Amino acid sequence: MAEPLLRLERVCKRFDGLLAVDDASFAVEAGRITALIGPNGAGKTTLFSIISGFLTPSEGRILHRGAEITGMPAHLLARRGIVRTFQVAQPFAGLTVHENIAIGAHLSRRARADALAAAAEVASAVGLGDLLGRPAASLTVAGRKRLELARALAAGPELLLLDEVLAGLNPREVAAMVPVIRALAGRGITILMIEHVMQAVMRLAEQVFVLAQGRIIAEGTPQAVVGDAAVIEAYLGHGAAARLSGAGGAHV
Amino acid sequence: MLSPIILVPAILNGLLTGAVYGLVALGLTLIYGVLHIINFAHGALLTAAMFAAFFAHRLLGLDPYLAALGLTPLFFALGYCLQRFVIGPAAHGEDRNILLVTLALAVVIENALLYAFGGDTRTLNLAYAFDVVDIGIAFLALPRVMGFAVVLAVALTLWLILALTDTGKAIRAVAKEKLGAELSGIDVAHIYAVTFGLGTACLAIAACLLIPTYYVNPHIGNAFVLVAFTIVVLGGMGSVTGALIGGLFVGVVESLCGLYLGESLGQIGIFVMFILVLLLRPAGLFGERA
Amino acid sequence: MKRASLAHIAVVIAVLAAVPLLTASNLVLNFLVVALLIALVGQGWNVLGGYGGQYSFGHAAFFGTGAYVSAILQTRYGVNAWLAFGLGIAGGALIGAAIGALTFRSGLRGSYFALVTLAFAEVLRILASVAPITGAGVGILITLDLRPQAFQFQSRAPFYWIILALLAASFLIVRLIEQSRFGAWLVAVRENEEAAKAVGVNTQRVKLAAMTISAAITAAGGAFYAQYFLFIDSGIAYGPWISIEALLAPIVGGIGSAFGPLLGALLVKTLGELTKLVTGDAPGLDLVIYGGVLILIVAFAPQGIAGLIADLRLRFARLRPRLPERAHG
Repeated sequence: MAEPLLRLERVCKRFDGLLAVDDASFAVEAGRITALIGPNGAGKTTLFSIISGFLTPSEGRILHRGAEITGMPAHLLARRGIVRTFQVAQPFAGLTVHENIAIGAHLSRRARADALAAAAEVASAVGLGDLLGRPAASLTVAGRKRLELARALAAGPELLLLDEVLAGLNPREVAAMVPVIRALAGRGITILMIEHVMQAVMRLAEQVFVLAQGRIIAEGTPQAVVGDAAVIEAYLGHGAAARLSGAGGAHV
Repeated sequence: MLSPIILVPAILNGLLTGAVYGLVALGLTLIYGVLHIINFAHGALLTAAMFAAFFAHRLLGLDPYLAALGLTPLFFALGYCLQRFVIGPAAHGEDRNILLVTLALAVVIENALLYAFGGDTRTLNLAYAFDVVDIGIAFLALPRVMGFAVVLAVALTLWLILALTDTGKAIRAVAKEKLGAELSGIDVAHIYAVTFGLGTACLAIAACLLIPTYYVNPHIGNAFVLVAFTIVVLGGMGSVTGALIGGLFVGVVESLCGLYLGESLGQIGIFVMFILVLLLRPAGLFGERA
Repeated sequence: MKRASLAHIAVVIAVLAAVPLLTASNLVLNFLVVALLIALVGQGWNVLGGYGGQYSFGHAAFFGTGAYVSAILQTRYGVNAWLAFGLGIAGGALIGAAIGALTFRSGLRGSYFALVTLAFAEVLRILASVAPITGAGVGILITLDLRPQAFQFQSRAPFYWIILALLAASFLIVRLIEQSRFGAWLVAVRENEEAAKAVGVNTQRVKLAAMTISAAITAAGGAFYAQYFLFIDSGIAYGPWISIEALLAPIVGGIGSAFGPLLGALLVKTLGELTKLVTGDAPGLDLVIYGGVLILIVAFAPQGIAGLIADLRLRFARLRPRLPERAHG
């Protein structure tokens, strides 16, 4: 079996007394869209921060193509092709949309002109082509999310970590984003996404991991995971699975 | 190597001086804990307070301890107005701007004092300035003993205010969670200004405690404030007990260093300690706004 | 903010260069030399503070090191004045790299960074005021030797053109930065350091490089000061006055723009002269005015005067009535 693109082995993260991530182990296959779901406070973003180098794990290892990357700083991981977006979009507020994306493009391009050209292409692909000259601070939430995605894309990632890229979008905006994300996978980019918007998870993800209270409690296809009793309990509370099946079939 | 006869008084005197350092640090840490800003104008405000205490005696014949009764509310009002009408509005909430505005205030206040009163050093000659209290193992300077007592009283009062009054609770709320406090109906701008006023009031009291034994010139505040900054970072930004205990600690260290090293090197020692503390402090203190 | 073009730079420099040809007034030339010196020092600050977003309150550390290294080498070791000048710049850059390495490695940002730079400048000032090599309390007097070889001149004009050349060089450096990947990374660090890391920017190295360049430019100003005034002491070299003027010029003129420091320096120095005219040479008053100006700028024109002008241009552009589209030849 081929080495997965990313593998976590027994990763733990402690903040003072709090165990935010508890013995998490999973693997992300190259070229696939994998989703990480779970109730709020489960530790998903903490996990992202660990994978992308913003936090170091208290225990455990992280392997990229079999090579150990535990504890490597964020900028080096980005250069290895692991790029994250932030749950709350972090634009370069004083710069234009074009300049924002160009910073991402500069990861692999030295000349300004090249970076700006590449940025313009990425912007079109993501639907920001008309807004290149706008100050990033003037964008709507949806616009900022797209900008976040575009900037990460411009950095030429091999593994793209999307942190709730659909949060705060209305159903129409979500529907517009889904094909964009699917197209990325089509270009060979591996995607690991944290998502609460279940319709998107069901439509996009090939593999789902469920995180609750820092532990992975289920994994599998979206359909399998959604019917899993432990998952239902994590979201809806103790005994919910029994109640739902008692009420005549689980409908999620 | 040094006998207890020399060490004990040095330590005790260090504690007494340290208490006043702690009071200066208290004002600083209060402002940081609630407004999350490093008040670069703290030193200049202390200088202004010391000038005020000096002239209260020179022109009005007021004993510093009496003057404190009038200067404290006066400087509270000054601090309140500065935050409410200058710092707050000018900064538009941006951290970088707050930095610049408090720096600018420091420059304005310090140089206004320089312009108005010249660079000369002045001292007050008070009758009791050299009185001592004999506690058996040591002779302690009377003004310092009184200073210690006053600082304890102020700390207690502040604690009572924060714990029991509505305003105090509002201050604690804003310090913990500004947005939540705002949503609960607390006027954050007012609370910020009150806190700044309290911090400045601490300076007024500290000034009155210092004036019997220290000289005044337009730059005097900076020396104390650097010590205060060191104490605050050492004791934990925003921690009131940390400021007081840190103050006592630094007072003792300074006293012992003075014993071994002498005056001029002492000044550098404080700066170096300050830099080291900033560079080496545990990583957990940072990652927030400043 | 408009990027500096070679054409703009050339025009500004040419206009300034013509001044000594139009007037022999020592008053005017002296004023301009000092103003251009502050512009140079301010440009140094601007690289780190304006473009990089790291506000230093202790740029005196670099100014003074440039001045002292140059002066000490000349007076104690007989080094040629021009060589000493170059070594002064190198010395300042070294101190910049050292302070930068210490502070950025500790992750200091914002207010803490400002505080620690202030502390470093003060440490240097105190050291310089007691160390024998810097002349302790007395300072250093560079021996009068009015020959070009000794980097001293009979008239002010050569000094003027030299400081102008240094300023021009700083414009070119800034322009180079603006157009390079390093500049893009630097601005990214200013805007959002964490986001910059996420797309591969080595923020620590970028900040360190900016600090070193910033220190070198400021040190050049310090070394020039020593040659022009021939006397320095700890208060002049490492005093708070220069740390304040170093940040005042770019902030007033327009932070993060190439011409901001020049504009700001001219305005601030003019204000200083006007103040002296009206109130006499009382110590402290000029800094009071500067402090007040800083507060006003931060409150009402955070992008400086250059920003105000850009703002006004935008407003007039919107007000102009729309003309029907014409084909341009």
